[in-house]
Amino acid sequence: MDRVPIIKVGKYLLATIQTDVQDHVAVALQEDLAARIIAARARLVLLDISALQIVDSFIGRMIADISGIARLLDAEVIVVGMQPAVAITLVELGLTLSGVRTALNVERALAMAGIRDQA
Amino acid sequence: MGVPERLTVALRTQDDVVVLRQRVREQAVALCFSLLDQTKIVTAASELGRNAVAYAGGGEAMIEPSLNSGRVGLALTVTDHGPGIPNVEDAMRPGFTTGGGLGLGLSGTRRLVHEFDLRSEVGRGTIVRILRWK
Repeated sequence: MDRVPIIKVGKYLLATIQTDVQDHVAVALQEDLAARIIAARARLVLLDISALQIVDSFIGRMIADISGIARLLDAEVIVVGMQPAVAITLVELGLTLSGVRTALNVERALAMAGIRDQA
Repeated sequence: MGVPERLTVALRTQDDVVVLRQRVREQAVALCFSLLDQTKIVTAASELGRNAVAYAGGGEAMIEPSLNSGRVGLALTVTDHGPGIPNVEDAMRPGFTTGGGLGLGLSGTRRLVHEFDLRSEVGRGTIVRILRWK
């Protein structure tokens, strides 16, 4: 996989990281998302990482950076579906992702963002 | 899958780091590590593998089960022939970085494992051995 797929769903963007990603794929995702936020005039990005079995310091930094980039572009990122073992390991690693919003699943992320009745 | 044997993974590219993560995961599963223990040792392996590829021009990882007086663990030794680390104490401090990272790699890796041994010689390379017990 060379690119993380980003789809537009109603007013928001959904990026789903499917499997173990190489570093350059994660870096490409930053650029792709920034471009798509502008093109789609999206205010909300859901970053689904439920398929990710590990998040190390590099991927953790990428997630924090994506969140920061989106904020500068007047959009918000909600990280969806982090696995419990990943959360525990990240904190032990020293990364708390304190500026990043998270939700347990897409439904809760949409409720958090105040989006309902999206086709 | 029976008792895992020692195996090596060459580390040259980012692809190899992905392979390393997969091999460490398989070995941890074969040793019946819990999901959390698997996640910790795979994450630690990823940090060390990336360091070797990104900062030392590549290296080699050796994965070996450790069966010691009834205890079961998984050890990983990552060897590179890169520039070495001039000041290991600095490098182990959280937040220390020479690259673009957060500087959590080595200090964070140490927190994810039970044993951590780093030897480095400037101009010759670095060897890091980690072990996590089940």
